[in-house]
Amino acid sequence: MSSVLYDVPGPKARRVSLIASIIGGLLILGLLAWVVMTLAQQGIFEGRRWQIFTRADVWRLLGNGLGSTLSAAALAAVIAFPLGLLLCLLRISDAAVIRIPMRIILEFLRGMPVVLMMLFILLGFGTSAFIAVVAGLVLYNAAVFAEIIRAGIQSLPKGQREAGLAIGLTSFKSRMLIELPQAIRRMMPSLVAQMVVLLKDTSLGYIVAYGELLRAVQVMADFLGTQYLFPIFFVAAAIYIAINISVSRIAVWIERRGSRKAAGGVATANTTADLQVGHAGPV
Amino acid sequence: MDVIIENLPLYWEGFLRTLFLSVVSGIFALILGTLLAAARVSPVAALRGFSTVYVEVLRNTPLTIAFFFAAVVLPRLGVKFEQFEVAAIIALSTYTAAFIAEAVRSGVNSVPVGQAEAARSIGMKFSQVLSLIILPQALRTVIPPLINILIALVKNSSVAGAFFVLELFGYGRQLANANGDAVITVLLGTAFFYLLLTVPLGILANTVERKVAIAR
Repeated sequence: MSSVLYDVPGPKARRVSLIASIIGGLLILGLLAWVVMTLAQQGIFEGRRWQIFTRADVWRLLGNGLGSTLSAAALAAVIAFPLGLLLCLLRISDAAVIRIPMRIILEFLRGMPVVLMMLFILLGFGTSAFIAVVAGLVLYNAAVFAEIIRAGIQSLPKGQREAGLAIGLTSFKSRMLIELPQAIRRMMPSLVAQMVVLLKDTSLGYIVAYGELLRAVQVMADFLGTQYLFPIFFVAAAIYIAINISVSRIAVWIERRGSRKAAGGVATANTTADLQVGHAGPV
Repeated sequence: MDVIIENLPLYWEGFLRTLFLSVVSGIFALILGTLLAAARVSPVAALRGFSTVYVEVLRNTPLTIAFFFAAVVLPRLGVKFEQFEVAAIIALSTYTAAFIAEAVRSGVNSVPVGQAEAARSIGMKFSQVLSLIILPQALRTVIPPLINILIALVKNSSVAGAFFVLELFGYGRQLANANGDAVITVLLGTAFFYLLLTVPLGILANTVERKVAIAR
């Protein structure tokens, strides 16, 4: 790998780098060894602790938790995206009466912690935990989707809308037929990245007592005994992270594919680079 | 309204603790994140690898899992905390550092290639190129995304409320349970205090973004 930041390493630099790599690797190995030793002292690696995974009901409970996580995330995503589109159209409406209140509402939704919204819906409206989780995720993510799509529309060349209006489209038709398709394609990486955030935020359901994956871990640890907490947590966390990494990979793949196809034919390499800096990724 | 006024001291205490968690975790995350970003572009392969794996894993870990690990699993493994704030700060700063590293790295990539070439051609070594030429410019372009990450950090600190730390969300939940008849008012009060932090930060991010956009 060559970089503009440093010379192509010569023999001496390569040696230094190799030594540094070995030392760094040893340090990391040492840290890992310490962790493993600590864990071993706690008896984590005793076979009986991991034997619970031979029991079908443990996997069934984990599966149920995972199912709850995925169904809440899927439902929330399916509702949040069209709602985000609608909010975005209202937010950039020509009428100030619609635009300005919308702006305040979006700021409000984006500025609040998702978990607070979930609790608000759970206690304020007395809904089930599932509805509270989905509604909290929908409200927050619709606001974020609206802002992402708005950024996409604003990044389009002015001429796109002008041309649409010039051939006699109404303002709404120009948005729907000309601007939105380009904006959505252009912002696809950010939108998919936000989907990952949505999936991650499903875990907040744990706090409002929704029976998702982490809650399943807690329930099993309470039920089977705390000595099983670490194995179950470890497996559940690995499942969660593996799913998230796969979805993130899809986002990266779309981004690569998108920049090759030069989103909609009007995006240049330059604008995509700008967007990447502006959107270092949702948190 | 009375509920909020009566409990204003509690809200204030929670607000201060949220602020404390955000500031301390923010500082740790900025330091760790910048180091990770520097490691990510460094010539040493092991550093690059470590940084890549760290960022990839932490960015895809749900925050609740990170908190659960720090506050529930770690104590079981014999790492005891005097206060749960420590667990919260560990979870928040390690999690946020991954996002900061990504933002700083994209900032490094946004600095024109000529800058690095010029620095190298006058004989600077990697550490000098990075610390004197690239990072100062990169940090300026990444300030708006960094502020956005810090806004997210303020909001994320609410998860601490569910893990034994009485901050704004923790108190909000407690008050909501105690005042069953005024739940909506209590939680709107909590939301107001969060907005008190996030909205000004958002405005700041927008202003800085506009300034930087003109400068470039």
